[in-house]
Amino acid sequence: MNSVSIKSAAIFAPGFFANGPVHTALLIGSVVAVVSATVGTFTVMRGQSFAGHALSDIGTAGGAAAPLIPVPSIYGFVAVNVVAAALMDLLGVRSPRARDVATGIVLGGALGLAALFLYEDTTTTSNTGTVATVLFGSIFALQSSLIPVVAGFGVAALTITLLLYRPLLLSSISTDLAATKGVRVRLVAIAYLLALAVAVSLSALTIGAILSTALLIGPAATALRLVKRTGQALVLASGIGVAAVGLGVLLAYDSVSWTDNGQGWPVSFFIVALLFGTYVITLLVTRHQPHRNA
Amino acid sequence: MFAGFMVNAWEAATIVAVVAGVVGFFTVARGAAFAAHALPNGAFAGAAGASLIGVNALVGLGVFSAAGALTIAGLAQRARRDVATAMTIVMMLALGALFLSQTTEYAPAMFSLLFGEVLGVNTNQILPTAAIAAVCVVIIGVLFRPLLLSSVLPDVAQAKGVSSVRMELAFLLLVALTTTMAVPVVGSLLIFSLLIAPAAAARCFTNKPGRSITLAVLIALVTVWAAIAISFQTNWPIGFFVGTIGALTYASGRIWVRYRSRNRLA
Repeated sequence: MNSVSIKSAAIFAPGFFANGPVHTALLIGSVVAVVSATVGTFTVMRGQSFAGHALSDIGTAGGAAAPLIPVPSIYGFVAVNVVAAALMDLLGVRSPRARDVATGIVLGGALGLAALFLYEDTTTTSNTGTVATVLFGSIFALQSSLIPVVAGFGVAALTITLLLYRPLLLSSISTDLAATKGVRVRLVAIAYLLALAVAVSLSALTIGAILSTALLIGPAATALRLVKRTGQALVLASGIGVAAVGLGVLLAYDSVSWTDNGQGWPVSFFIVALLFGTYVITLLVTRHQPHRNA
Repeated sequence: MFAGFMVNAWEAATIVAVVAGVVGFFTVARGAAFAAHALPNGAFAGAAGASLIGVNALVGLGVFSAAGALTIAGLAQRARRDVATAMTIVMMLALGALFLSQTTEYAPAMFSLLFGEVLGVNTNQILPTAAIAAVCVVIIGVLFRPLLLSSVLPDVAQAKGVSSVRMELAFLLLVALTTTMAVPVVGSLLIFSLLIAPAAAARCFTNKPGRSITLAVLIALVTVWAAIAISFQTNWPIGFFVGTIGALTYASGRIWVRYRSRNRLA
C-alpha cells in the first residue's frame, strides 16, 4: 500500500516523538519496567517465577468479576491477587516442589473462576473487555488518565520492596541464615508476595499478561547473570527493562510501514523478543554459576 | 445428557482424563506444574500460526509445544528451570500475539482453545485424540522405570546412571504430546487443571507410585465426568467445575494428611 514510505522509513519514523499514544506508552511502560525489574530481581532470586507469572493470569478472575459487582476492574484484579498470594503462601511452605504445586492449584482454581465470571459477564453484561485486555493488552491502548493510578500502585510495590531490602535479600539467599540473624522469614515472605501481587496486577492490567511476566523475569534474570551485587542488578535490570520497552515501542511504530496491509506488528512481540534474545545471549556468554549475591 | 452429540464429549474427556492422570503423577512428582501450564498455554501460538499459513491446527500445536519443551530443557541446562520456563512461555505467547495480529479470522477460535469446547467436539477429533493418547501411554510404558526413578528419587537415579537431562527432556516432550492431544478438545485451562489437581490430591492419600497413579486417574475421571454432568444441568462452563472440583479434592487431601498426622501423634 505504502511502498514509498517503506523505502523512506527512517529509524525514527515521522511523528514518533509527537504521537500522544507513544508518549503514554513510553511513560507508563517505563514506570512498569522499573517496578517490575526491582520486584522481579527478588522473584528470580527466590525462585518464584511461576507465582509471578500465575498472578498475571489469576487476576483475570478478579478482572472478570469486577463488572458484575460492579467496580473498576483494577480493584477486582488487586483484591483477587492479594488473596491468591496469601493462599499460595499458606499452601506451599515446605519445599520448592510443594510451592510449585500450590501455585498450580491456586492458578487452576482461579482460572476456573475466571471462566465462570467471564461466562456471567457475557450473558449479563456483554462485557469481555477485561479478559481480552489482559490476555493481549496493548501498551498503545493505554489511556493517559491511568497514569496516576499506575504510578500510585507502582510506588506502593516499590516502597514495600525497598523497605524490606535487607531482610528480603538475606532471606532470599538463605532462609536459615536469615532466621538465625533474627529476620522474621515468614513475615518477610508474605510481605514480599503482597508487593509482587500489586506489581503484577499493575503491569498485567496496563500492558497485558505477556509483557507483565516478560518484564518481571527477563531483565532481572539477565542482570543477575551479569553482575554480582544485588544493588547493581536492580539498576541494570531496570535499565534493560526501560531500554526494551523504548526500543520495542519504536520498532512497533516503525513496523506499520513494513507490511502492505499497514497492520504493523504488535509491540508486545518486539519487547518480548528483545528481552528473550538478550537473556539467551547472556546465558551463552556467561559461565554457568548459581546466582551469587552479596 | 447422553444424547448423540454428547457421546463425543464423554469419549474425549475420558481419554484426556486417563492420560492427564498418569502424566500428572510425574508432573507433580517433579514439581513441574509451571511447565504443565506453559506448554498448553503457549501452544496456542502454534494453532494461530498454523491457521496463518493454512495447515492443520494439530500440526501447529504439536510443533510449537515440542519446540517449547526443547527450549525449556535447553535453557534450563544453563539457568534455573522456573526462569527458563517463564522466558519460554512469554516468547511463545508473544509469537502467538504476532500471528494473531496478522489474521482477522482467528479471535473466537482463540478463546475456545483457552477455555475449551468439549461439548463441541466432533467425531473426526476422537480418532487423533485417541491415537496421540495411545502414543503417550506407550512412551510412558517404555520409560516407566527410569522416569519414575528420576522423578521420585533424582539422586538414586543419577547414581544408577539414569541421565537426568534426558529424562527431563523426555518428560517435557510427554507434556508437549499431552498438550497436542488435549488442547483441541478440552482447552489449555482444563488440561492444566487435570494435570495438577488429581495427581496432587492422590499424593496426599498414598506414597506408593502405582497406587498414586491409579488414584490420580480415577480422580481425574470423576472430576471430568462430574464437571460435564453438572455443566450440562446448570449451563455453567465446564472449566469452572473442573477447576473447583480439582481445588476441593486437593483441599480434602491436605485435610486428610493433617488428620492422619494428628492421629499419629496422639
